[in-house]
Amino acid sequence: MSFYDEYLQYSNADMEEVFQHTTSADIERIIGKDRLTPRDFLALLSPKAEDYLEWMAQKANQLTVQNFGRVILLYTPMYLSDYCTNKCTYCGFNVTNAFTRKQLTMEEVEKEAQTVAASGIQHILILTGDAPAIAGVPYMKECVAILKRYFSSIAIEVYAMEEEEYAQLMEAGVESMTMYQETYNPILYDRLHVKGPKKDYRYRLDAPERACKAGMRAVNIGALLGLDDWRRDGFFTGLHANYLQNKYPGVEVSISLPRIRPTMGNCETGNSVNDKSIVQFMTAFRLFMPRAGMPLSTRENAEFRNHAIKLGITKMSAGVQTAVGGHIDSQENSGQFAVSDTRNVKEMSDAILQLGYQPVFKDWQAI
Amino acid sequence: MDQLVIGGRSLQSRLFIGTGKYSADTLIPEVVKKSGSEVITVALRRIDFNSPTGNVMDHIPSGMQLLPNTSGARNAQEAIRIARLAKAAGCGNWIKIEVISDNKYLLPDGYETIKATEVLAGEGFVVLPYISPDLMVAKQLVEVGAAAVMPLGAPIGSNRGLKTKELLRILIEEIALPVIVDAGIGKPSDACEAMEMGAAACLLNTAIASANQPELMAEAFGMAVAAGRKAYLAGLGRSEKYASSSSPLTGFLHN
Amino acid sequence: MEVVLNGTVANVDKEMNLWEFLLSKELDLETIIVEYNEVIVKKQEWNMIILQDKDRLEVLKFVGGG
Ligand code: SF4
Repeated sequence: MSFYDEYLQYSNADMEEVFQHTTSADIERIIGKDRLTPRDFLALLSPKAEDYLEWMAQKANQLTVQNFGRVILLYTPMYLSDYCTNKCTYCGFNVTNAFTRKQLTMEEVEKEAQTVAASGIQHILILTGDAPAIAGVPYMKECVAILKRYFSSIAIEVYAMEEEEYAQLMEAGVESMTMYQETYNPILYDRLHVKGPKKDYRYRLDAPERACKAGMRAVNIGALLGLDDWRRDGFFTGLHANYLQNKYPGVEVSISLPRIRPTMGNCETGNSVNDKSIVQFMTAFRLFMPRAGMPLSTRENAEFRNHAIKLGITKMSAGVQTAVGGHIDSQENSGQFAVSDTRNVKEMSDAILQLGYQPVFKDWQAI
Repeated sequence: MDQLVIGGRSLQSRLFIGTGKYSADTLIPEVVKKSGSEVITVALRRIDFNSPTGNVMDHIPSGMQLLPNTSGARNAQEAIRIARLAKAAGCGNWIKIEVISDNKYLLPDGYETIKATEVLAGEGFVVLPYISPDLMVAKQLVEVGAAAVMPLGAPIGSNRGLKTKELLRILIEEIALPVIVDAGIGKPSDACEAMEMGAAACLLNTAIASANQPELMAEAFGMAVAAGRKAYLAGLGRSEKYASSSSPLTGFLHN
Repeated sequence: MEVVLNGTVANVDKEMNLWEFLLSKELDLETIIVEYNEVIVKKQEWNMIILQDKDRLEVLKFVGGG
């Protein structure tokens, strides 16, 4: 059994049917429920539910405060390497984009770590492209050995791996993994991932589950909204999170809601996802999974992020540089995506405090 | 048509009844008739040659689904033995696993219940385990092949009502198998509430058997269970309102 | 010879098969379940089993239960 089997149970026609036939009364009833079924969740993603955004927001806010308190965890991503063998049409790091690739040396990792740690950050997310020969497990383990001395929690956002490789990284000190499916639509997936190992849809789809099996403490998934219809991919992201949470109750499951931002590569897909839609997804998901985490990246601008704090978000990045080595040299290569919210850690913390929430830097440390 | 399907059998009635504690077994046919129930539990005992008693089976109408229980079992081994004996007696392959190693509160032993369920499900039994409403135990029962789970609403025979409501709610939400509330239900309104919450069925014994007029109480429970089920299917209306707020959270979207 | 019937010793004065023995105890043979030396035996087999000294018999029946 894989999430794929569950995915197959939902045909486009069924989903259309729910979108068409959901009534106002259905939505009011669903918002009042204590626990939502997947079908309820789908109904909250329907066009009809847009009329109830404020209701959903109020409930999402209440559930988030109830389950997480008025607390936002701050983390920072650190790009270790932008070597990549894939050709993902929407990504600035893709193999056909000609730019000088860079991979941090151990001295540079140490320097970056010092810079980031000095800002107070305790949770770090390390990222690489997909180039196992250069930036593979041994390289990551070396980096983690250094980072461990500076941070209380290390997360990875790297290429899809075997369970055994996840176990090795955990052994080295990693405890959390992020893996975006990008889109759950296999046909579109195939078209967007022109070549490279990432082309294998099923292998990537099952990667979060392999991480759960390896015993990863936290697993974060997401779809890059805007590639396919956001309602569809949003629904499957939630369903996938629910699948993982039910099957691996010990894992802290969370979802991200990235939407496409302009990059230097050209993005051939044109489904724009506006603020309203993101809020609908965010709040619908919170009602569906009240205890799941929801990080929000700096792809979103400061104003939107300030509002989102009250809509279900639990973690935020701050002081972000999306280029490799960006923390020690801000004149580095262009990054994976454009940062919209450029506030540093101090500014972000102050903003969070102002909104009546507490910024925290460490909510966990393995003993 | 709303039906409950367990072990390949579809049931119209969602009330299961027991045969214990009646002042006379001769009451049973009327109780069955008035309740509308299609599933009835029995227990297995050594024959006492010194004080021969009547045979409960003589009073159970034909066509009822028999659900022998393993009461008296203190561990998995004993439950398995009783289940096999019951099957050998020719009353079908349904079995209610009831393993009780605690004589003070009569609470079920989850670990032994899981072990017995695994073995018996493997032998082709339709296994309905009686449990405390413990999510992790229920999940493991799903894994090992149970046909339903039967969490208690309150300790056996206590007639206290749905004391475990919050835990039952979690099982109903999280477990894909039918959740049948067993034990503790005292009044028809308790059974109705369990059904409104989404329980698949209720199993009643003491509350019916110990009523002044068991057949009348059986009828009341039959109606309560049916009413609760209908309410569940109808979808309870919303209970809270989130619309009115002095500080809208989504106001920024209109700017 | 002696057999153990439901935990107590019972005398069997002549050779008989299980079916005859049970009948002699005035049991309703339709509704009982018999375990012979810890093995469940089907009704059809009762007349094929000749009782031996020290055999252990468990005879059970259904009773009311919840
Ligand atoms: S999305 Fe990831 S795998 Fe695809 S090109 Fe960019 S860095 Fe490489």
